Parts: sequence; C-alpha cells; structure tokens
Amino acid sequence: MPKKINFVSANGFTEMAIDTNLIRQDFPILQTQVYERPLIYLDNAATTQKPRCVVEKIADNYYKENANVHRGVHFLSQVATEAHEAAREEVRKFINARHSHEIIFTRGTTESINLVASSFGRLKLQPGDEVIVSQMEHHSNIVPWQLQPGVEVRPIPFAEDGTLLVDQLESLITPKTKIISVAHVSNTLGTVNPIKQIIAIAHAHKLPVLIDGAQGVPHAKVDVQDLDCDFYAFSGHKIYGPTGIGVLYGKEEWLNELPPYQGGGDMIDQVTFAKTTYAALPFKFEAGTPDFIGSTALAEALRYVQKVGIENIAAHENDLLQYATEQLKAEVPGMRIYGESVHKSSVISFLVEGIHPYDMGTILDKLGIAVRTGHHCAQPVMDAFGVEGMVRASFAMYNTREEVDQLVAGVKRVTKLFRRM
Amino acid sequence: MTIQEKEDEITAEFEFLTDWLDKYELIIDKGNANKGIDEKYKTEQYLIEGCQSKVWVHAEYRDGKVYYEGESNTEIVGGIISMLVEVLSGETPDAILDAKLDFIEKIGLKEHLSPTRSNGMLAMIKQMRMYALVFKEKNA
Repeated sequence: MPKKINFVSANGFTEMAIDTNLIRQDFPILQTQVYERPLIYLDNAATTQKPRCVVEKIADNYYKENANVHRGVHFLSQVATEAHEAAREEVRKFINARHSHEIIFTRGTTESINLVASSFGRLKLQPGDEVIVSQMEHHSNIVPWQLQPGVEVRPIPFAEDGTLLVDQLESLITPKTKIISVAHVSNTLGTVNPIKQIIAIAHAHKLPVLIDGAQGVPHAKVDVQDLDCDFYAFSGHKIYGPTGIGVLYGKEEWLNELPPYQGGGDMIDQVTFAKTTYAALPFKFEAGTPDFIGSTALAEALRYVQKVGIENIAAHENDLLQYATEQLKAEVPGMRIYGESVHKSSVISFLVEGIHPYDMGTILDKLGIAVRTGHHCAQPVMDAFGVEGMVRASFAMYNTREEVDQLVAGVKRVTKLFRRM
Repeated sequence: MTIQEKEDEITAEFEFLTDWLDKYELIIDKGNANKGIDEKYKTEQYLIEGCQSKVWVHAEYRDGKVYYEGESNTEIVGGIISMLVEVLSGETPDAILDAKLDFIEKIGLKEHLSPTRSNGMLAMIKQMRMYALVFKEKNA
C-alpha cells in the first residue's frame, strides 16, 4: 500500500499529502501510451481509474465466490451472501450510517436519485407540488423529479463565482415544497455546497433532503449522521470502484415509509395473486439479483481509499486544484475559469477566449491529455454563463503537479494553434 | 476531377504528416479557407445540432450539379466540412450518392464520425446525401 507522507512545510503549507509515485504503481492503466505519448488522465469526475486490488477483487470473486446471494443453502451462496453483506457494512462504516440496512445498493447515483424520486413521488408528490434543487445540478438530479407528473422543479441560483446563494433558499420554500435535492459538489463548477446548512433549513420546514454525493464522497469525508441528511446518493465508479454499482443511503424511517421502487425477486416477503408483502430493509429496494460482485469490489475500493486516507486525498487534490488554477490563469491569455467558489473541490472548468471546447478537447487528446468537453450534463450551468460547453479537467489521488504542467503546456499549445491567424 | 480523384488528392496531402498536430493544423487551414455558408442560411432550418458542436449545411442545384456550402462553430469540424464541400460540390447527384467518402478515415479522422462523438458530422454527411437524393428525384 502507498506510504503516507504527511508533512507540513515551515510556512504551514502541506507540500505532499501522499506519495503519488507509489500510488501510481497501483493503477496499471496510468502506464498507457496514447498516440505515442504517456496518458495524462484528467477526466476523473467522469470516472476514476481502478487500483489493482479492485480489479483483482472482481476476478477473485468470479473465480472463488460466485453464487447467487440470499437464496441458496449451499456453501458458495452463503460465502457470496456474507461477502455482499460485509460490503454493505463497509459502506455503512465509510459514510457512518446508523444501520447497514440503511445502505441500498443501486446501479449508481442516477438510479439512487430515480429510486427516491419515484418512490417518494408516489407517496408524497401531487401535481402542483414543488421540488427544490440547485441551478448547478447534474441532469440526473433534475430529470427524475421532472418525470413526476405535474411537479415543478425550482432551482436555488448561484453567484457568478459559482457559490450557491443559500440565503435564497428560504424564499423558495412554499407550502407546495415537498423535498429538497441538491448536489454535495458541483460536477462542473466544483463548488462544495453548504449542505449541512441546507439540511438544517429544510428540516426547520419539516422537509426531507436528498444529497447527490457523486462528486462529494470521492473527495471529502462524509458522515451522514452528522449531516443529518435523509438520503445520500453516490456512485462506485467515481471512487475507484467498479461501474454499475452505487449506493443510496436513506434514513431507516424514510426507507420504511417509502413504497418499493422495482418489483421482482429478492424484494418480496410473500407473493400471491391477491396480495404481495415486501421484504424488510434493505432488500425491499433491491429487486432482482444484486450486483454482489460489484458491491464487494466497491468495498475493496473504499478500503483502499481509507488506507490512503480521504483527508490526504482531499489535501493532495486541493493542492493540484490551486496549482492548476494559478498556472492556467498566469500562463494562458484569454483563460476563463468557471467556478471559483472559496469552497471548491477538484474540478476545473474553463474556456480560452475564441476557442471552442470541442477543438480544445480534440487537440489535448492528441497530446495524450484526457479531459471532458461539452455541457457536462449540466445545461442550466452552461445557460447561466451563456456558453454551449466547457473544457473540464478533474483530479484524483494519482495525478501529479507534472501532469498539471503538461495540461498547462497543452492548453498553451492549442491556444497557439488556433490563434496563429 | 472525379470525386474519387479529389478524395485521393486530399489523402495525399495528409499522407506525409506524421504528427497529429500537423494534421490538425492542415485541417484548421482548410476550415479557414472555406468561404462558409451564406448568413441567410445560418438559421435553425439549416442547422444540424450535435451535442458538442453546431453545423449548418445548404445546397443548390444548378445545371444538373449540386453545390454545397457548410460551416461549423468549431474549427476542426469546420475543416472537415470544408473538405467535404470541396469533394462533393459541383458533382452530379448520382456521383454524390455513389461517393465512398473514405478519405476521412484514410487521413485518420474517423473518430469525428463516431455517433458517440455527437458533433453533428454524421448527420451532416447524411444531410448532404439527402440533398443529392432530393435533387435527383425532383429532376428525374
């Protein structure tokens, strides 16, 4: 495992929270060459790369522990079931939920939010009711609510620097408001929202809160009891785990009250054609064979993150963010960074004046630099700034200052290429 | 020159450029040399909207031949359009409908035609062929 190097220089500035040389050895894909250049992977907000232990865990599970869970009396089924439920417990510990049955395995953040929107919607939402989100939401936290018949989705706006205008929340709450659903961290602007404050305001109005933690959990310690959120959703693949597995945390009281999301195997107690009763939590919300391979590999990823230390990861990413921000601004004429909130996580969205993000992304790719271009599934954010798209670089624990230098050099090169007229 | 000859000429131009940046420099040059589309056609009606970029295309039929003009709000897609216009303009609908247009793949730009790239290129080529088909049918 990577050795933690935690030292603070004389001026109090944490120089290197983690040893990236050691960490990078755990991520074989980072040795990839693209177009005969070393890969510089800066698209971590889209998905992170996987450490060897996670990949090996998946293989190991299939080689040694593959059997359907929760039903077989045979040996392998019990081994698989125990591993799957131990993974649930690992997730519970990671976000400090009260009970492991408050952890629902889903396909990812999107499905987690759809689950709540659908089940909460059937129980509580009538046409004309309102759901409050933020203006910086990913489409995954807008559209599931719009799918609820007649429901109006109202956004909390953000300031020019990307800071959420929380003081406007009170004025958005009406007797028709039924739930507040906001991102922990914006996938485009990087803004870390004051979710604890939002939750407190919501609860004062007896409103539940769902937190879209897709970009939160990978970059900061999350304690759902301390936050007191009612629901918290995140994806495995954005925190070094496999794709196709995600988590919905829900307070026991809420999960008991909500009707099931999907029907099928594993979620039932008794089925007759006259009446079906549902299984207890968490199985009530896990219809069909669960992704027990994914869940155990996610648990492995969470153990890896804990060994490196989420605080160390956050400090390292913050260093990269600050450094990249300074360098891009200093070195690239016409550079505009979108999202400069004081509380910001490790994504940096930008445009260089006169250069289309598609052009920028295409040439950076040819230099071996992987960034995201486009609207980042957050079109309301693009509309707020009057742009069609942005270029986004996003950092993870294995990125380095040298890679930031390469990004800056790459952006300068692209700028020169398009401005030579 | 036939469409194939024009395609071969472009392929030859790119052949000796081994560095990707040099290739893209030439594409950008081609885009800059493109006279673009008449402002009156730069409207919703002629817009092909990709997720990542916008493309406008328009065609006219004169003396049995199709004349295209096209433009994009991105320089790289604009460069590819300019080559397509160069290759297909002034040809008969039959020749256009028979064109292989594999020079894009040959010069290494196949990725820009991927449907997942969502830059409007595929839809644009389809639209160019559609114009040819419509002119052919109308004048049959």
